[in-house]
Amino acid sequence: MLLIALVLVPAVAAAIAAALTARSRQVVVLLLAAAAHATMVATLWSRPAQVALAGWLADDSLGLLILTLESALFVVVATYSVGLLRVEKPRGGRAFVSGLLAFLSAVSLVALSQHVALLWVGMEATTLSVAPLIYHRRDRRSLEAVWKYLVLSSVGIAFALLAVFLLATAQPSLPDTVPLLLSDLVHGAAALDRWWLRAAFVFALIGFGTKMGLAPLHTWKPDTYGEAPSLIGGLMSGGLTSCAFLGLARFTQVMVAANDVVFIRPLFIAFGLLSLVVATAFIIGQSDLKRLLAYSSVEHMGLLVLGLGIGGLGAYGTVLHVLNNGLLKGALFLVVGNLVLASGSSVAADLRGLLRRRPRSATLLVAGLFAVTGTPPFGLFLSEYAMFRGAVQNGQLWIALVVIALLSIIFVGLSAMILDIVLADKGPPGNDADRAAESGWLVVGPAVLVGVVLLLGIYIPAPLQTLLASAAATLGGPTP
Amino acid sequence: MQSMSDLLLLGIALSDFAALGTSRLSACIRAVAWQGLLLGLLPLFLEDPRSWHVITLAAGTIAVKAVLLPRLLRWAMREASVRREVEPVVGYMTSLLLGFVALGVSFAVAQRLPTLEHAGLLIPTALLGLITGLIVLVTRHKAVNQVAGYLILENGIFLFGLTQLRRVPFLLEVGVLLDVFVGVFIMGIVVFHINREFDSISSAQLSELRDQ
Repeated sequence: MLLIALVLVPAVAAAIAAALTARSRQVVVLLLAAAAHATMVATLWSRPAQVALAGWLADDSLGLLILTLESALFVVVATYSVGLLRVEKPRGGRAFVSGLLAFLSAVSLVALSQHVALLWVGMEATTLSVAPLIYHRRDRRSLEAVWKYLVLSSVGIAFALLAVFLLATAQPSLPDTVPLLLSDLVHGAAALDRWWLRAAFVFALIGFGTKMGLAPLHTWKPDTYGEAPSLIGGLMSGGLTSCAFLGLARFTQVMVAANDVVFIRPLFIAFGLLSLVVATAFIIGQSDLKRLLAYSSVEHMGLLVLGLGIGGLGAYGTVLHVLNNGLLKGALFLVVGNLVLASGSSVAADLRGLLRRRPRSATLLVAGLFAVTGTPPFGLFLSEYAMFRGAVQNGQLWIALVVIALLSIIFVGLSAMILDIVLADKGPPGNDADRAAESGWLVVGPAVLVGVVLLLGIYIPAPLQTLLASAAATLGGPTP
Repeated sequence: MQSMSDLLLLGIALSDFAALGTSRLSACIRAVAWQGLLLGLLPLFLEDPRSWHVITLAAGTIAVKAVLLPRLLRWAMREASVRREVEPVVGYMTSLLLGFVALGVSFAVAQRLPTLEHAGLLIPTALLGLITGLIVLVTRHKAVNQVAGYLILENGIFLFGLTQLRRVPFLLEVGVLLDVFVGVFIMGIVVFHINREFDSISSAQLSELRDQ
């Protein structure tokens, strides 16, 4: 019941919000739905794993992890949008709140699906619900962004569907097994046809990799994140990419169960390293803050698959990294959104000297900079460190060294831009005109997220630790 | 039955080539519509005896892929007042040649695949559709043409899904019909908006966003 409600409540709320005309009432619906969703997710944590719809929905460890991330992110986005909608009056804003809620419903479906085809339907729904949100400003540039996004991710989604078909082909027809049900796939993994299974995995990697934004399939990302409202950028780079990762992780679980890690690990390592290299190349000398964050997202998606490619402790690092990266990317985009609201542009040169005008957001941006580059004591340090240790344990010291070198360059590139923005004495002329204080709604959410990421670097609570370990074990991590 | 389904598959392959070799958008849309019709008829000749499930699948596929989507595409074409592709990245003769290469590759790959029951020409035709769709999607500038290319790609995947028709019920329905309908519908709206913002409907003009 609870699992079905997690999908249905946001969907119904989306329909209600679409019917309401007053902006203030829509926001109330948004907040209520976000709170209800978060409460239900909290209830899931206190209960043993639930199953619904004949096993098609369940909250297994990996799914619950992603669901918790999405729910937390959404609460923050909902509170942030209270402040945002007061300052900005977007055209066609009625669809905005509905789109957000539809997105929440779709990601919940993805997180809870234990049936690969159902998961695919959820991924499709996330793609569609986000498209109108990107095209929110209705100008030429956001049009270009939404077009690129739609073309690339619809092709990615098509390949993911082919992967689902191939997976069905790999599964022999046996009595008492439901085709494409994850638990049956994992238990009967030994009987899967090796050839079709590998083909399915390759297409899943391309399909979900496009949605994650792994290089070289990342080309939609800087444009989309650059043009979408910051709020949507945060939701996409924190939430949507994590969902796409879950899709890929489901196929990985089957491959791990089928004892075929020799096939997947080199692919993961290649995609991971390539993403890191591409991200490094474009972060250096980048002039737009949102595009900078987009390439940083390419970097972290690369790290996620790299961890799976390393396996063992690396897989544990990946699972922890999904959580850290998702929360932090949400926070960073919202903070950048505040700065863009103040200056009307995300080009670094226009943002200079913001420490005086937006002290709270600027401080958060600096904290976010250190967090996103994996500086201790933030959570991302722990997850990246786990990957390095995994690589060294495997005798793949070279991977650790290459990654550390690339991450150092990225650190320099990111801090060069961000510190320049924050510490510059004077901005462009006329920048001091607007000294209106920013609303607390716009700051509290990102501040909480950055705080959680900091906390995760210092202390991981026992229930979360158990969850992470059992999720990592299904992805080739150490057995708890 | 087998010969009939092979004939349909041959028709589908020919429509792939028709889409590759034409510069007129209306001809391309017509090729896609024919492809949708043949694709819709195909399940009727794969399944014996014909169940209600297969008949509704066929009817639904024809309604969406052969009637509704081509109409939407024609509507988008009229609204945008474009008739032909101006300068494709790759010429039509080259596209056709690429199509023949794709045909060869498809058969070569399909030969090496583990055999499936009742698959026959299904797998090579599916692969051909996949590659053709990608070629059209990548080499054409006009948004309407790209959407047609995407449909050809999706049809290729649909063909592959037909091999699982007997084993996994409702997989095809859940996936493709809903998705193609909604996806292309929204794309059509986007196409419409592109036209309102620009004089022509070329996505090659959409190149304002890039890294300095």
